[in-house]
Amino acid sequence: MTGKNNQNYNEEYLNYVKEIAPKTKHLKTLWHAFWVGGVICLIGQFIRYSFMYWFNLYGDQLAGATSMVLIFLASFLTGIGVYDRIGKYAGGGSIVPITGFANSIVSPAMEFKSEGYIYGLAAKMFVIAGPIIVFGVIGSVCTGLIYYILNLFSLI
Amino acid sequence: MIEMILMYLKAFIVGGLICAIAQFIINVTKLTSGKILVYFMLSGLVLQALGLYKYLVDFAGAGATVPISGFGYLLAEGAIKGAKSGLFGAITGGLSSASAGVTAAVLFGYLFAMIFKSKSKYN
Amino acid sequence: MDKRKGTLFFKNKPSIFKTFSIVGPKEKQSKLGKYYDMALDDDKFDESTYEKAECKMLSTAVSKVIKKSNLKKDEIDLIISGDLLNQIISANFMARDFDVPFLGVYSACSTITESLILGASFINSNNFNNVVCAAGSHYATAERQYRYPLELGAIRPPQSQWTATGAGAYLLKPFIKGYPIITSATIGKVVDFGVLDANNMGAAMAPAAASTLKNHFLATNTTPKDYDLILTGDLGALGSRLVKHLMDKSGYDIFNHVDSGELIYNLDEEDFQGGSGAGCGTVVMASYIYPKLLNGEFKRVLFSATGALLSTVSSQQGESIPGISHAVCLECNL
Repeated sequence: MTGKNNQNYNEEYLNYVKEIAPKTKHLKTLWHAFWVGGVICLIGQFIRYSFMYWFNLYGDQLAGATSMVLIFLASFLTGIGVYDRIGKYAGGGSIVPITGFANSIVSPAMEFKSEGYIYGLAAKMFVIAGPIIVFGVIGSVCTGLIYYILNLFSLI
Repeated sequence: MIEMILMYLKAFIVGGLICAIAQFIINVTKLTSGKILVYFMLSGLVLQALGLYKYLVDFAGAGATVPISGFGYLLAEGAIKGAKSGLFGAITGGLSSASAGVTAAVLFGYLFAMIFKSKSKYN
Repeated sequence: MDKRKGTLFFKNKPSIFKTFSIVGPKEKQSKLGKYYDMALDDDKFDESTYEKAECKMLSTAVSKVIKKSNLKKDEIDLIISGDLLNQIISANFMARDFDVPFLGVYSACSTITESLILGASFINSNNFNNVVCAAGSHYATAERQYRYPLELGAIRPPQSQWTATGAGAYLLKPFIKGYPIITSATIGKVVDFGVLDANNMGAAMAPAAASTLKNHFLATNTTPKDYDLILTGDLGALGSRLVKHLMDKSGYDIFNHVDSGELIYNLDEEDFQGGSGAGCGTVVMASYIYPKLLNGEFKRVLFSATGALLSTVSSQQGESIPGISHAVCLECNL
């Protein structure tokens, strides 16, 4: 009994709501997302180069170290209450980079600290970001198994 | 030197475009940030499972690895590498190559949540 | 069907003797800021959590309205109160401080009119002399319960509203000359037109407001012209346009309609549609409209607070958002 199946569903009204509701400004929001997201990646590239030159890191290690630094920065910015301001301005530009992932872990942890360190902070840490890890693990295991079977039959 | 500047430019443009695509999806479908993160991670993972995302990484560097799709790429890449060494590697490879990100997120998340409190918002 | 169904007429004229409102810093900065009895500079109100702050705000409002009426706690017969949190904890915990019979009510953002209707009925029954009706909400607690953590970098869509930080209390007494009286009230029906967007609460509540207003006009044989002001609770700018549209379609021109959600903040419709929350209509009525009734500027005001009856569970299960609205008619004949 929800949505369209509901006998109360009033299509005329909903269309009117859609008509007069304030429109999302595509160009403006896309531009904000583009340049902020771009700058975050630019900083990431700078960190990548730094690790390459000073620590001689390559491949997975380089990617891992870079994301660690970015996650550190984003967690700190979330802590001091700045990241949500960036998020309000940039939308997708600050959600999609790995920094947004960090923000979605730190912000509920801070928020639910008032319910204690175990059931509050630690348990609520993954309310938003948990699914990423769940689907990430499932997806990677599936990929690994498919490649393992392909290897067995020497298909690749 | 020119190569480096070009790389920065590519990282900016590719990273920015991925974010703009996400913003476009948010504008049109009103998906929440948690779902956007999952879909982008999965699309990176699937693209790499098909062997495609690594070309984007080679082309744009951080522009492709910093967005959450790069996290999916790492997971798939690790699983594919692990699969070469056997069944155990196929299962654990993904998370071990993405372990840095997960560890950092838990560690710094806990650390900063211990130090800071949510602040009042007025706009 | 009896057209007077759901409408009450209070023969014994319960009066609103005193009101008290307390708001947060954002509300203080807005154009109504100077009217409130008390405005906080820190919305944590010297407490350790926002939930405790919300409870303290509600408790302060109730104790101050009792003090303002020159009464003592043990002279209060009943407190009726509610808020937006799960299991209405703020109201329940507030009542812990008072040692007075207590009724907890929940009707989302229309909690204040629901408690005023109940309070007026108790007074009208001649068995109660002093009844306190109160409601409140807090931005930080509502945000975390209904939406996201405060520090999450999420975008606020343009149709969204801002939960008001504020609490208000009304002290009801049997008829006293010169004070605004509650003459009639209409109990609303739960109305759902199938709005799914939890950010667009104005659209979800407007049909309920329109239904209650229409029923009230029918039952009392009045038209919008008979009122100096029709005040809705927290529809916001978008919801106000929608309720006007719906009322126009039913043949009522509510030219004198104002919405508390639009009044409470300095509104920029590009960013958001105004205030919402149980505290929104409560404080605007208590501190901005009530004094105007008292000094004779308004003679008859229809106050119809609106509530969106959603929970995070219902939204995640794909349910649409039902709305409710209860109306009370306040009159003051000096």
